[in-house]
Amino acid sequence: MSAKPKVAFYWCASCGGCEEAVVDLAEEIVGVVEAVEFVLWPCAMDFKRADVEALPDGSIAATFLNGAIRSNEQEEMAHLLRRKSQYLVAYGACAHLGGIPALANQFTREELLRYVYEESPTTSNDAAVRPRPDCGVNGHRITLPELKQMVRSLDQVVPVDYYVPGCPPTPRLTKAAVAALLSGSPPPAGSVLAPDLALCEQCPRKSTKPVDLKFMEFKRPHQLRLDPETCFLAQGVVCLGPATRGGCESACISGGMPCSGCFGPTSRVRDQGAKILSCLSANVEAREPGEIEAVLAGIPDPVGTFYRYGLARSILRRDVSLAAEPVTPRAS
Amino acid sequence: MSASNGNGNGNGNRNGSQTGAIRIGFYVCHCGHNIGAVVDCAAVAHYVGTLPGVVLSRDYKYMCSDPGQELIQSDIREHRLNRVVVASCSPLLHEHTFRTAVERGGLNPFYFQMVNIREHNSWVHNDRELATVKAKAQARAAVERVRYHDSLRTTRVPIQPDVLVVGGGISGIHAALTLGNAGKKVFLVEREPSIGGHMAQFDKTFPTLDCAACILTPKMSAVRAHENITLWTYSEVAKVEGYVGNYTVTIRRRPRYVIEDLCVGCLECVGKCIYKEAKFPDDFNVGLSRRKPIYIPFPQAVPQVVLIDPERCLQVKTGKCKKTCLEACADRKAIDFSQQEELVQIKVGTIILATGFKLFDAKRIPQYGYGLYPNVVTSLELERLVTSSGPTSGEIILRDGSKPRTAGFILCVGSRDTRTNRWCSRTCCMHSMKLAQLFKEHTQADVTIFYMDIRAPGKGCEEFYDKSLREGIRFVRGRVAEVTDWALAPEEEGKLVIRVEDTLAGFVRRIPVDMIVLAVGMEPQADSQAMRRLFNLSCSTEGWFLEKHPKLAPVSTFTDGIFIAGCCQGPKDIPDSIAQAGAAAAECLALIDRGYIEQEPNTAHIHEENCSGCKSCLPLCPYTAISFDETVGRARINEALCKGCGTCVASCPSGAIGQHLFEDEQIFKEIEGILA
Repeated sequence: MSAKPKVAFYWCASCGGCEEAVVDLAEEIVGVVEAVEFVLWPCAMDFKRADVEALPDGSIAATFLNGAIRSNEQEEMAHLLRRKSQYLVAYGACAHLGGIPALANQFTREELLRYVYEESPTTSNDAAVRPRPDCGVNGHRITLPELKQMVRSLDQVVPVDYYVPGCPPTPRLTKAAVAALLSGSPPPAGSVLAPDLALCEQCPRKSTKPVDLKFMEFKRPHQLRLDPETCFLAQGVVCLGPATRGGCESACISGGMPCSGCFGPTSRVRDQGAKILSCLSANVEAREPGEIEAVLAGIPDPVGTFYRYGLARSILRRDVSLAAEPVTPRAS
Repeated sequence: MSASNGNGNGNGNRNGSQTGAIRIGFYVCHCGHNIGAVVDCAAVAHYVGTLPGVVLSRDYKYMCSDPGQELIQSDIREHRLNRVVVASCSPLLHEHTFRTAVERGGLNPFYFQMVNIREHNSWVHNDRELATVKAKAQARAAVERVRYHDSLRTTRVPIQPDVLVVGGGISGIHAALTLGNAGKKVFLVEREPSIGGHMAQFDKTFPTLDCAACILTPKMSAVRAHENITLWTYSEVAKVEGYVGNYTVTIRRRPRYVIEDLCVGCLECVGKCIYKEAKFPDDFNVGLSRRKPIYIPFPQAVPQVVLIDPERCLQVKTGKCKKTCLEACADRKAIDFSQQEELVQIKVGTIILATGFKLFDAKRIPQYGYGLYPNVVTSLELERLVTSSGPTSGEIILRDGSKPRTAGFILCVGSRDTRTNRWCSRTCCMHSMKLAQLFKEHTQADVTIFYMDIRAPGKGCEEFYDKSLREGIRFVRGRVAEVTDWALAPEEEGKLVIRVEDTLAGFVRRIPVDMIVLAVGMEPQADSQAMRRLFNLSCSTEGWFLEKHPKLAPVSTFTDGIFIAGCCQGPKDIPDSIAQAGAAAAECLALIDRGYIEQEPNTAHIHEENCSGCKSCLPLCPYTAISFDETVGRARINEALCKGCGTCVASCPSGAIGQHLFEDEQIFKEIEGILA
């Protein structure tokens, strides 16, 4: 059809926010549309899987895949797009780190299904009917994707060339990523396309953080009338800025909310949650077990706080839980 | 500034002079049968020889021997090794030995990694097959790690020659005098208003029956007079910062309301105090006598200076008193009601802790009736009664003033008892026999000692036991069940009855006596946990300060430059306490006279370009080695101050701080190696 580079957008386990982020490019999206040829963008255009399958291997210049991998269908699509693409980009926190969906890794698949289809307070399902991968209805056969045991980040399923972090990525990073990939000199393989410094470096409240911070208690933002200019940590509110890659233009901070860590750790850190945990807990003033418990009570959901986006990629339970299901061999 | 930061000291020079492939030499030591009997050393050597990068793998009987060390050196030259791993004992024991051997072989000594397959393996396992599997995994971890080692250098920092001694009992006194006599400046800090400790309360000492005061008070005076000793009584350590060779210690000096330098101890003020009667319990005499709000702790107190008890003095409490004491002091003007608590900071290189013990509270064993029956006393109370300078001028009397004709000593009160303290307090057998002899000498009473076992292992102690027997002191073997005043027979009327199973005679006896002495055991000081934290020491489960090694380093602690002496380490008698005090002083001298501290190169370093300036590390550094550079908004580590504790490294939330010898990749490789 044309010599324009072929680009694909695809979504797996995600909220749709990353698609919105693409649309957030606003009028600049026109420039992108003119520069490339879309071969897959289920959110915006009508392409079928067969269309992608029909493409020669490696013919897509870049695929931007958002969302975590939690079903066999998503896994298949990841493999397919990997095969068809020159660059596979994990776009957004879920593809990059597992994201919010990966918080499900705290539970087994059976626990999840039982809760959602039988036990949750708003469920009325006396027959305990659950979705099945394959069933017959009125003589028709219906198949559904099957949930995997674990939610995984994209690179836990197929090799990934680049990561665009964020929940969702900012328009600026998105634009820069597209430009970088389509330029003649792409960044080193495996790069996260954002600065490699923690958010504090660019935080507008940086100067208000004291050098001798001691945590007497932790509060959540709704429990306090927060000063709009003072460091959240100095106000006793958990902020993941120190352990989170910058590049978000301090969007949450400027909006009056602490960093929740969506850009993931810097390249030097393996486990973002463990790092921020060891950083904050080291500065807790309490020394006696009772006092420590009282301080910790201010963080009612530690996993959801420290591993909000990074549970799939964390060291926690990985070997044990992944061992429970054979991982599809990575395409090399 | 930058010279002391980053890699300014020349460390972190990855691969330094080493170029080309990694060539690892591996050695596994049999340690005679210590390792060889449990771990199949030859199999370990064979296995490690198959790992990538290992060009040579040997097992050897004793790697720490001269031939073992020479083996490493010649192998480095012949086989062009550039990394060495030794699997043997604890690095505490021989890491230095092997590093030196590696250095003599021409390699940087930090291209070495040690694996502990003795304490961590052969000594704790029986199964040869599994122990060998474990030894292989341990060795694999070290081999994986050592590839990532860097060429590093140790640094030397000068040592501050002054010494702090905490606690002015006999141990602290002896340590201070030893160091002072060696020409070192000593700060002796004592919590009580006088030095002397428990020994000052004793009448005589076992087994020689020397007068305790006669041998102690000259030493106390010598401390006061010594030009090299600064004595601060009524003072406590408030804060300790720094590290071996360079401690900064803050001392809290409580107000005596008397100016020490002006008071001459004439006691005129005490006589003129508005309180005509001495009506407050006297701590030194364990409450057996009374004192006034202004007092001197005991006649031989050092310093010879009065003090005012702020809880009792009308002027301090209410500000409404005629202040007759001021009049009595007249021109000396030694009394100063405006005195405030004072914080003094000192710099010392080494510290000796000689903080002593506290006595077991006999009320915790209610069946012995202490606090219920007035004539049940503790051994220390009897000690004060026996002393000629004590509240009764050396007369042993019952509470009604009459003389006891019979007495019973109950041993192991709060010792060797699963309900209270399991340990033996070591001195109570001898102490009780001494008191029993003095009791007999003073009153001609019948004295019986109720014991479980008589422990008399010290020099001259068994002979002292014989003497006790010869002098007619009776011994009944058995743990006393209870003390009661419930008379069942006419001869028990008005007496205290000891009920005990005589385990030698084989029946339960009731023995009536006039007075009962409880040989209370020793316990760690009530604030030993707080002290432990203050000085960063370890404690045994009982709360005694833990020595670095029970045999080889009995007065050292796990904190370099801090030593322990006397009963804070565990119950002991006076000779043992003094021996420890001398040993601790010698350890200090050994450090001071070398003049410098060799610092491990395991310091932390900030990759400044990666630092986001989040300031998380700043409050954590125990050595104040980290500062914040406001101009660039980044943290900086002064490696000369860093002691390599790793706290900032673990806490740096963006991974901008690394640590020599403990770089992330080294640790992760080690973990991967052990789990592979």
